[in-house]
Amino acid sequence: MSHNGDGAVGLSRRRFLTAGAAVALGAGLPGPRVPRADAQAGSGPLRLGFQVHRTGIGAVYGRWYERTTTAAVKLINEKGGIAGRPVEIVAEDDGTDPKRGAEVVEKLATQHKVDLIFGTLFSHVVIGSAPRAGQLKIPYLVVSEGYHVASGRLNRYVFQPGITDVRAQVTAVAPWILKNLGKKATLIFPDYAFGHDHRDFFSRVATAQGGTIRALVPIPPTETSFTKYFPRVPADTEVLYHVMVGPGVLTFVKEMGEHFAARRPQIFGFVDSLEGVDLASPGLDFLEGTYFWEAFPRYAGAGTPAHVRTYRERVGVNDVGASVNDPRDVSTFSHMFGCWETLHVIKAAVEKSGYKKPGPADYKALIETLEGFQSFAEGIEHPQGPKRFVGRLHQVFGQQVISRVQKRRLEVVHRTAVEDSMYPPEADYTKQPL
Amino acid sequence: MDLGPHLFLALLEGLVGAFVLALTALGLSLVFGVMRIVNVAHGTFFMLGAVVTWYVSTLTGSFLVALLAAPLAVGAVAILADRLVLRPIGYEPESTIVATIGLLYILEQVVLMTYGPYARPVAAPIYFRVDFPWFGYSGYKLVVAAVAGVLLVLAWLALWRTTLGLHLRATQQDREMAQAFAVPVERVYTLAFGLGGGLTALAGALIVPVQQAHYLMGLDALLMSFVVVILGGLGSLRGTVVAALVVGLSDGAVSVLFSPTLAKIVATLLVGLVLAVRGRGLFGEESA
Repeated sequence: MSHNGDGAVGLSRRRFLTAGAAVALGAGLPGPRVPRADAQAGSGPLRLGFQVHRTGIGAVYGRWYERTTTAAVKLINEKGGIAGRPVEIVAEDDGTDPKRGAEVVEKLATQHKVDLIFGTLFSHVVIGSAPRAGQLKIPYLVVSEGYHVASGRLNRYVFQPGITDVRAQVTAVAPWILKNLGKKATLIFPDYAFGHDHRDFFSRVATAQGGTIRALVPIPPTETSFTKYFPRVPADTEVLYHVMVGPGVLTFVKEMGEHFAARRPQIFGFVDSLEGVDLASPGLDFLEGTYFWEAFPRYAGAGTPAHVRTYRERVGVNDVGASVNDPRDVSTFSHMFGCWETLHVIKAAVEKSGYKKPGPADYKALIETLEGFQSFAEGIEHPQGPKRFVGRLHQVFGQQVISRVQKRRLEVVHRTAVEDSMYPPEADYTKQPL
Repeated sequence: MDLGPHLFLALLEGLVGAFVLALTALGLSLVFGVMRIVNVAHGTFFMLGAVVTWYVSTLTGSFLVALLAAPLAVGAVAILADRLVLRPIGYEPESTIVATIGLLYILEQVVLMTYGPYARPVAAPIYFRVDFPWFGYSGYKLVVAAVAGVLLVLAWLALWRTTLGLHLRATQQDREMAQAFAVPVERVYTLAFGLGGGLTALAGALIVPVQQAHYLMGLDALLMSFVVVILGGLGSLRGTVVAALVVGLSDGAVSVLFSPTLAKIVATLLVGLVLAVRGRGLFGEESA
């Protein structure tokens, strides 16, 4: 660098740092803007805003949420639409980013003037976006699993009518884990809202039922290497409880196998740790004989009911839970049905409330109708199973499934009753003003 | 687990991380050293290496073929980028940063559109589990560290024992003087950029059986490469390797013994400290 003269190195370093800052900034930029949609009111298609994780760490889920949504809308439209109106989906990518999520909600509401918004999954995005929906006073139906809806920390415009929440899932499966796998548990979970729900509720339910939590191992959501976490699992752990999300899931499970191998404790995982991942992937052999929570059995078998078969065909999923077009494209089967069921709840609510167009009066009717729902029967509209809906919590409750890995497939060993997942409500949204 | 095995695991993790990091950052350091430009798309080349490895090993069924194809293909992409993007803007530092950010997004989105959002696995070519008395460890990870070590030595030999290396070093030391001595500087630039991309792609390819190929995996690689290159001194290859060892080992030790978040904090503090106390990095060249 001799000819560069004084301060050349300093300048270069600054350039380096500038570049780093620019990347950080760039990551937060919104995507290309689409032209403003024409406003419509009360007639013509019912326009549903779909907040989807097309990019970012939630992209695998987003892709399948979108496919399921498309299939559900096709079915609804074939059957005459909602209240006689065809359904139109206005999809917007939020990059699995909370800040952009709030922008997407705003854009869907004010620019696209959609009738309502649905479909958000990742809990940090829901928590980032829901307040904006509340301010804009537009119904916001999430498909997220987090306890944030039922906890009461969101607002009256936010519902979760198509998928059960983590607290309910844990409440339903914890007794089975303690009884069948062991009482000394160590938890491995992602270190943000969704993982904290698992940590808090499993710990609470397990200790109340005579179990002990030996250790809690939080993992930062962007982690790519997991070997270093496993030493924190105490040797006397009887059951290892794991739940991971994001692109690192397969590494996580593989490295868990390498670390423990034959010395492994009993292992119970949430299938979130393997959504979008083929169980026959290299390195997953050691999962044989371990257990998973599923919401909806990924593998179809002889006992699969007709309406579930129809659902699978419509969405384009084969008997092992992968795309019919590409067997390597594995679905997020235990989550995406939530979009299908949410759309059918929307249909029921719009038709029952007489909703016509965006506005305080119609939204009031729609929200009160939603809050009045008690149950949804199993069938093509609710293929995952029968549901109970608790209006004051804005949350739906359903069956949970425990499966065991056998010959690289998940085989159902236990199905809980809807009531097993019910817990005493802590919130009451119906008391909030509209 | 007792402290002994705990430390041992920390050391293993740290060493494996350090070797891969050194190989990943080497390309960035080389490109900066020779061309005096900052390649923000560096991490993207790492990701491309991983993705190409997945495609090739799935198509041919051979990981070794993929290991050869990935650096070649990504090197070709880098050379194209040099010809079509960097040369037309005259390697002007600020424009280069903006241009390579653009490149990063274009490549990342193309991968998302074609390869998809999945983290796809590739079976390790040699799979065995090293069973220590206290814990098991992936044998392939140790192989990765060894291969990365060999590649680093080869890179060093290439730089110090070949005409190409001579040209690279000459251009790095003084571009105009090198040109005066008939070093084909333009071609050296293109080569350096291609080589930088190829080396990084190789690191990406090696890591796929451990980490899977995913379209966002380049960001972490970019960040850690920046850390290492700043720490080691811009343009100093020796510095890059030493800094990678320091960062890798401290990351391994701190994250096993304390917490991975603390490890990242330590690495960042280290960079801050080096910048404040010894601005040119551990092995950076003297200015003027």
